[in-house]
Amino acid sequence: MRGPTIIKAEDDKTRQLNKNTLMAFSGEAGDTVQFAEFIQANVQLYSMRNDTELSPAAVANFVRGELARSLRSRSPYTVNLLLGGMDPTTEQPHLYWIDYLASLAPVPYAAHGYAQYYCLSLLDKHHNPNIDLEQGMKLLGMCTDELKRRLPIDYKGVLVKIITKDGVKEVDFDNDKIVRSA
Amino acid sequence: MGSPFDINGGACVAMVGKDCVAIACDLRLGMQALTISNNFPKIFNYAPSTYLGLTGLATDVNTVSDLFRYKVNMYRLREERHISPRPWPTCPVLAGINQTTGKPFICGFDSIGCIDFAKDFIVSGTASDQLFGTCEGLWEPDLGPEDLFETISQALLSAVDRDALSGWGAQVYIIEKDKVTQRLLKGRQD
Repeated sequence: MRGPTIIKAEDDKTRQLNKNTLMAFSGEAGDTVQFAEFIQANVQLYSMRNDTELSPAAVANFVRGELARSLRSRSPYTVNLLLGGMDPTTEQPHLYWIDYLASLAPVPYAAHGYAQYYCLSLLDKHHNPNIDLEQGMKLLGMCTDELKRRLPIDYKGVLVKIITKDGVKEVDFDNDKIVRSA
Repeated sequence: MGSPFDINGGACVAMVGKDCVAIACDLRLGMQALTISNNFPKIFNYAPSTYLGLTGLATDVNTVSDLFRYKVNMYRLREERHISPRPWPTCPVLAGINQTTGKPFICGFDSIGCIDFAKDFIVSGTASDQLFGTCEGLWEPDLGPEDLFETISQALLSAVDRDALSGWGAQVYIIEKDKVTQRLLKGRQD
């Protein structure tokens, strides 16, 4: 977006950091991609040098460290992040919420920006620790429906990627569904 | 945006008992009035019976706890012994038992490192005003471990109920000479 103009409707705001971690970002245009690709390059460099994949916890703490260092510099990155991944050794899923102040919190579900106000209450009510993919996609549908219903802007749908122990893949998501406001 | 101390919220308290100390924190992480997480502990363990509670801006809670873990690990490798609870600049609430003397010890700091040694209790966080009241009312000298647990828990839970930026459960550590008990209090989840 540039003011009221939509420049691109299907902008991928995620970067895959290694085989089993994916980072989604929002914030200041320019900062976001610059920071995400800087992290991506360094995580991949680590994988090549050491012949191991960093765990999501390790990546999250690295990201936080870099963002915290930048926060107290002359020109900090204004980037909010969600970092999801499967731990390659324990095969446990992890999700980390990181804001532009470099606060790091491991969470069961998360959002940034206006989506927090519309979606967190839905997730509080319907999420449970053993939720499967099918139920999860249904819950995501409830979240996007709510955003369509309540947000005064057309955000042009969402891009959905899922992370399993086999890696990251994009899945189809019906963005054309019309939701009427109450 | 208000003061950085009030953005994320949180509360922490430490108390002295008879041959024991207790330290407790709430579990909320927020952004202004919005709660992000209800599982964000603010107490960190740096050696057997040495615990540090940090409140304030969440990013600095992360930074200071990580930096201290690094420094304490380096101290342990260099000195080949554990660090003991002793004033260290820049930390809000410290509680522990000195392994050599067996004496319980607590102290608090302000954000620029002014030390507050206390014989009774130390409070910090957005609920510190409320904690001063509840601790002043409930604490008494020479409480045993179980009584101290009850006192610190009631003091913290009552205080965070009166603060919108704190709460959502609590974590309590009771530290004795050679035993540490960690308890999770569910607390109000609303």
